Amino acid sequence: MNDQSPNASPMNSYRNQPDENGRFGIHGGRFVAETLMPLILKVEDAWKSSLTDPDFQKELDYYRKHYIGRPSPLYFAERLTAHFGGAKLYMKRDELNHTGAHKINNVIGQALLAKRMGKTKIIAETGAGQHGVASATACALFDMECEVFMGAEDVERQKPNVDRMRLLGAKVHPVTSGTGTLKDAMNEALRYWVSNAETHFYIIGTAAGPHPYPAMVRDFQSVIGHEARAQIIEAEGRLPDSIVACIGGGSNALGLFHPFLDDDSVSIYGVEAAGKGIETGEHAASLTGGRPGVLHGNRTYLLQNDDGQIEDAFSISAGLDYPGIGPEHAWLHDTGRVNYVSATDEEALEYFQLCSRLEGIIPALEPAHALAFIGSMIGDMDKDQIVVMNMCGRGDKDLGAVLPMLEERGKL
Amino acid sequence: MRIAAAFERAKNETRAALGLFVTAGDPDPKTSLEILLGLPDQGVDFVELGMPFSDPMADGPAIQAGSLRALKGGTKLGDVLAMARAFRDRHPEVPLILMGYFNPIYIYGVERFITDAVNAGVDGMIMVDLPPEEDQEFCLKARDAGLDFIRLITPTTDDDRMPVVLANSSGFVYYVSITGITGTRSASGDSIGQAMARIRDASDLPAVVGFGIRTPEQVREAAAHADGVVVGSAIVDQLAASLDDNGHATATTVSSVLELAKSLGEGRRP
Ligand SMILES: Cc1ncc(COP(=O)(O)O)c(C=O)c1O
Repeated sequence: MNDQSPNASPMNSYRNQPDENGRFGIHGGRFVAETLMPLILKVEDAWKSSLTDPDFQKELDYYRKHYIGRPSPLYFAERLTAHFGGAKLYMKRDELNHTGAHKINNVIGQALLAKRMGKTKIIAETGAGQHGVASATACALFDMECEVFMGAEDVERQKPNVDRMRLLGAKVHPVTSGTGTLKDAMNEALRYWVSNAETHFYIIGTAAGPHPYPAMVRDFQSVIGHEARAQIIEAEGRLPDSIVACIGGGSNALGLFHPFLDDDSVSIYGVEAAGKGIETGEHAASLTGGRPGVLHGNRTYLLQNDDGQIEDAFSISAGLDYPGIGPEHAWLHDTGRVNYVSATDEEALEYFQLCSRLEGIIPALEPAHALAFIGSMIGDMDKDQIVVMNMCGRGDKDLGAVLPMLEERGKL
Repeated sequence: MRIAAAFERAKNETRAALGLFVTAGDPDPKTSLEILLGLPDQGVDFVELGMPFSDPMADGPAIQAGSLRALKGGTKLGDVLAMARAFRDRHPEVPLILMGYFNPIYIYGVERFITDAVNAGVDGMIMVDLPPEEDQEFCLKARDAGLDFIRLITPTTDDDRMPVVLANSSGFVYYVSITGITGTRSASGDSIGQAMARIRDASDLPAVVGFGIRTPEQVREAAAHADGVVVGSAIVDQLAASLDDNGHATATTVSSVLELAKSLGEGRRP
C-alpha cells in the first residue's frame, strides 16, 4: 500500500490526495454527527499506523493470497476483441476472488483493522449484496458479529446474496425507509453506528463516507491496479491506452485507476449507471446529472433537487443504484483526469448476455455497464491499442433479475 | 442575547428552561405554523425548529417521518425562514434555534442563508453533521454574523475531545444524553448528572440535556441536573398520533401538541 508509482513525481501527482482533513479539492471531509467523530479519528489512527506496520501488511498479504486468491488474472478477452474488431480487450478478473467480487479486498483490510482495534462487532451496508457477503465472510473467518443493512428492494432483487449472508451467520436488516435501496441502507447503517459507536466497527463498502474511509478503501482496493499494471506490462510490454471500470460509489474503479493516475498516456473512463437514460431523470449518474452537496459524511456530486433534498437514484444494478459517488472521483472529474461516461440498463443487459455467450464469463450487472461503454468505443480504436477493464464481479447474483428481462425481450 | 436572557429568567425562577423541537412544515405549513406560534404560551422557553431533510442520518423513525411529511407538504428552506420570521414577529423575546443538516443550507448558499436567518430573527443553529473539523464551512461565518452555534456533546465525547467541541460553541451546550439517534432510548438521571458536572467543569455556557426525554417526569428528573431540557421525538410522536390515515392534520392536531407542551412545562420545576 505504500503505492509509489514508478513514475510519480510527488509535486505534481494525482496520487497524493486527500489532504490531512480528508479533502480531495473541495470534496470529501468529515460531515458526521459528533457521536461518531471520536470513532472516526480512532479509525484514522489505526489505519495510519497499519500503513507502516510490517506485521499488518504481512497478514494482509497472507489473506490476499491464500484466502481471496490474489493476484487475480489479467485475461485477454479474445472473442470479445474479435467481435468488436478494434483494440485488444483485457479483463482484470476480480470476479474470481473468493465471494465473487472486488468487495472482499476492502473487507479483509478493514476487518483486520477492526481486529487491531479490538472490535469484534461489524456493521456493513450493502446494495448488490456483494459487500454484505464479503463482510459476513470476513466475520465468519475472524469470529466477529456481523450486522448488514440492505434496502428492502435490494433484498428482493439480490436474494441469493441474502441467503449467503444468513448462512454465513450475519444478521440482515431490511431497510424500508426512503426507496429501500443503497442510500437508505447507508443511512440506517450510520444510525446503527451512532447508536453502537463504542462497540462496533463500520466497514463501509465503497470509497465514500467520512475521511478516512474514501482513502482507506481506495488503498485496500488499489491492489487491483497495482497487479493490473504489472500484468499488462508483462503481457504487452507497455501500459494500456485506456482503462475502464463501472462506478457505484467508486471503489473498484479507484482500485484500478489509482496506480495509473500519473501515467499520462493512459485514458481513464469511469462508467456510471444511466438507468432508463440520463434524459429521463431515472438514473444513477451523479457526476453527469448531479452537483456538489453533502451526504453520508462527505461532500461530493449528488443527485438532488434545487432545495438540497437528495433524489432517488435508479438503476437495474443494485450495486450502482446510489445518488452519490466517492469524493475522489468528484475531484478527478473536476480536474478532468478521468472521463466519466454512462451506460443504460438496456445496454448493460445486452452486454451481460454478450459477455456470457462470447467469453463464458457471466459478468455482474455492474461491470456489464463498463463493457457496454467499451462496446461503444473500442471498435473505433486501432488493433494494436489496448483496453483494460475491471471485471469486478460475477453475475450469478443477478440471474433472478436478469433472466425474466431477457425472456421478456425474446433474447432467451 | 435572547438565549442568555431566557436561561437567566429560568434561573431566577429556580427552574430549568424547556426547549421543544418541532419540524418546520410538519404535517403541513399552516398547522406547523400554528403549533410553532402557540408553544411559548404553554411555558416553552425556547424552540428548536427542524429544517426538514430527506436523509436525516442522526434521527430515529419519528423525526424521519416528520421530515418526510414536511417535504411532501412542499416545505423548502425559504419557508422555514419565513416561519422563523413569523415567530419572531409574534414572540420578540423567545429564542429560536434552527436545527438540521448541512446540505440544504449548502445548496441555498451559506452566506445568503446566514443573512436571511439573521434578518428573520433566528438566534442560533444546531447542525448535526458539522463537527468542529468542518467549522470553516459554516460555524465561523455564522458566529461572525451574530448567530450562536450550539454544539452537541455526546457520551463518546471524552476529555480530550471536550475542549475541541467547546472551542467555537456558543449559546448553550447541548448534551445528547444517549449514544444514539433521536427517539430511541432514555438515559438515567445519574448518568445525566455526571455528564452535566463534566460539562460545567469545562464551560460557563448553560448546559442543556436532550434526546430520550419524553415525559413530564423525565423533564423533572433532568431539570434537577441541567439548566435546560429539550424534548423532541415525543412531540413529533404526539403530532403523528393525531393525524388521519392519510397523514393529514385533524381538528385535534394543534391542541394535542400544545397540551403535551404544557404538561412538559410543568416538569421544569423540581
Ligand atoms: C460487482 C460489483 N461491482 C461494482 C459495485 C459498485 O461499487 P463500487 O463502485 O464501490 O465498486 C458493486 C457494489 O455492490 C458490485 O457488487
